[in-house]
Amino acid sequence: MMTAPPTAKRRRSLRARLGGLLLPGFTGLLLLFLFAPIAVMIAFSFNDPAGRQNITWQGFTLRNYVDLWGRSQITDPMVLSLVVATISTLVATTFGTMIGLALTRYAFRGRWLMNLLIFIPMTAPEIILGASLLTLWISLGVERGFLTILVSHIMFNISFVVVTIRARLVGFNMSLEEAGMDLYADGRTTFWKITFPLILPGIVSAALLAFALSIDDYVITLFSAGRTVTFPLWVFGVSRLGIPPEVNVLGTLIFVTALIFIGVQLWNARRADPSTRPAGPVTVVGR
Amino acid sequence: MPSSIDVRLDRVTKRFHEVVAVDDLSVDVEQGEFFSMLGPSGCGKTTTLRMIGGFEETTAGTIYLGEADVTGLPPFKRDVNTVFQNYALFPHLSVRENVAFGLRRKKVDNAEIDRRVVAMLELVEMPGYESRKPSQLSGGQQQRVALARALINHPKVLLLDEPLGALDLKLRKQMQIELKRIQTEVGITFIYVTHDQEEAMTMSDRIAVMRAGRIEQLGSPEELYERPRTEFVAGFLGVSNLLGGSVVGRDDSFVSVRIADGTVLRAPAELVNGSATVRIGVRPEKLRVTPIVEGAGPTPADGGLNALDGTILDASYIGVSTQYLVKTRDGHRLTVYAQNLETGGAAEALADGHPVRLTWQPQHTFVISVTTLDDGRTPVQTEEGAP
Repeated sequence: MMTAPPTAKRRRSLRARLGGLLLPGFTGLLLLFLFAPIAVMIAFSFNDPAGRQNITWQGFTLRNYVDLWGRSQITDPMVLSLVVATISTLVATTFGTMIGLALTRYAFRGRWLMNLLIFIPMTAPEIILGASLLTLWISLGVERGFLTILVSHIMFNISFVVVTIRARLVGFNMSLEEAGMDLYADGRTTFWKITFPLILPGIVSAALLAFALSIDDYVITLFSAGRTVTFPLWVFGVSRLGIPPEVNVLGTLIFVTALIFIGVQLWNARRADPSTRPAGPVTVVGR
Repeated sequence: MPSSIDVRLDRVTKRFHEVVAVDDLSVDVEQGEFFSMLGPSGCGKTTTLRMIGGFEETTAGTIYLGEADVTGLPPFKRDVNTVFQNYALFPHLSVRENVAFGLRRKKVDNAEIDRRVVAMLELVEMPGYESRKPSQLSGGQQQRVALARALINHPKVLLLDEPLGALDLKLRKQMQIELKRIQTEVGITFIYVTHDQEEAMTMSDRIAVMRAGRIEQLGSPEELYERPRTEFVAGFLGVSNLLGGSVVGRDDSFVSVRIADGTVLRAPAELVNGSATVRIGVRPEKLRVTPIVEGAGPTPADGGLNALDGTILDASYIGVSTQYLVKTRDGHRLTVYAQNLETGGAAEALADGHPVRLTWQPQHTFVISVTTLDDGRTPVQTEEGAP
């Protein structure tokens, strides 16, 4: 009986130590799985490959970054994608916000239908949407190019914006708007002074989501592009011949830009909402 | 000095589809008055308030602010301000900008706004809180800011929708006194909605007790408590003992009512509207309990007091008073609150099962006419309603 407790104790501490290792180990593996490809992409953007294949490490160079700007077959698709993403984000965010407000605020004829239609672009397989759009462009006799890409991006982006905005509006306290009206603000002033600032974080998230979806869309774009080449289409095209380091360079740049955006948003959110700030001494104002 | 009317509701009705929330309501609120609408949830009090504020359209009827018909006007064109139930402070604005919001819309110049914000925060005892955000304030502080935000505009009428509902009991008591002080200080008409009868009684000049979209009874707190006209009002404002009976006699100031056990009780004549069948009532604290000493015979009801015999069912000592439950000869149970003026012997004499006599002043009796409709109007004829 005297020997049992130490054994049990040792066994337990062994289990505890194993358990203590399991979670961090598992987490580490998962993070590695998630981020290893990105790390490889970034590393190989500095590679100096012998031929078109950027697969084995040959040596460090900055040439890929420097050379990028002179080569229009690479930068043109990138610029086009940025333009499409920017315009489609602005248009989709504007209309999507309006639709989201209408769907949450007002009871109107056909609201259920609107709710249903808004979900279709999100739930339908992209290949179906793309093919339908292609049919549409052909039957309308529209020449495919920049405009058709833009219209199709606005179309699927609106859905995502509406859903994001609507989620934000569900918890919106309507008496805040009533309070605005009570304090002599008409409908327009109430919107810009009360509603808009309060739903702005939702609008920004929706816009970022729309931008991200647009800039890397391949399937729908392919059907609407004609001979116009966006960045994803170009990457897919060249990858059939072997991926040049320029793809890694652009990938790295996009990744860094996204990191900056996320950083800025986190910083803003912290500044705006003191409750997420780490607890510190509270200053007492007053007499 | 004839007091002027600040708010007049003229036969206002509000229907939500089939549901009648406010039913043909007419009321005048006088200038500078602390007016409360009191009732259980769903009685139409908040809807009425929201119609005055302009947040609900009327289905029928007219709303006047002073002389002006404001029935169709949106909230921002009405000279009223509201303190909302959950305060509805703008979370993205500082206390200063919350309070200044109305004045900024009215294009008051900045120096004037700053001056008035400071003065208003003094009034609600929140000086120095200008740059705080609402999320950094406690419930009671948010309440004060909401009040300041509304009052700074000097509205004709201030509407308050259960503003103390979210506060704890102690803070609520304190804010009741505060609100009354502020109202007296600024002299603005307050229309206050609550379901808490004590809150309404503490602060109000007049109370409209509402039920099912109508005003059940309108009067000062004392009138409502001492002379409730309906069973609902009698029950909503405190505890009451009600006894059914029929009118058997009448002189200049009192009617005599014979109740079920044969006892004849007297009630003020002006409270009886001519019907033969009535219910009379008396508040528990108006009753005196005296033990009936065996063998001494029935003591005469001296001094014109009402007297009713019964036995003690239960006596509970609750510190400031003793609460008795007395069963009358025909089985009615009456509640009595007796102040604990004597200790010791009196308590023994009034133990459970002891026969007692309850006495009270006839003028403390109130009358609920059975045939009177809830809103006090002359009823359509019913079989029991022959005058």
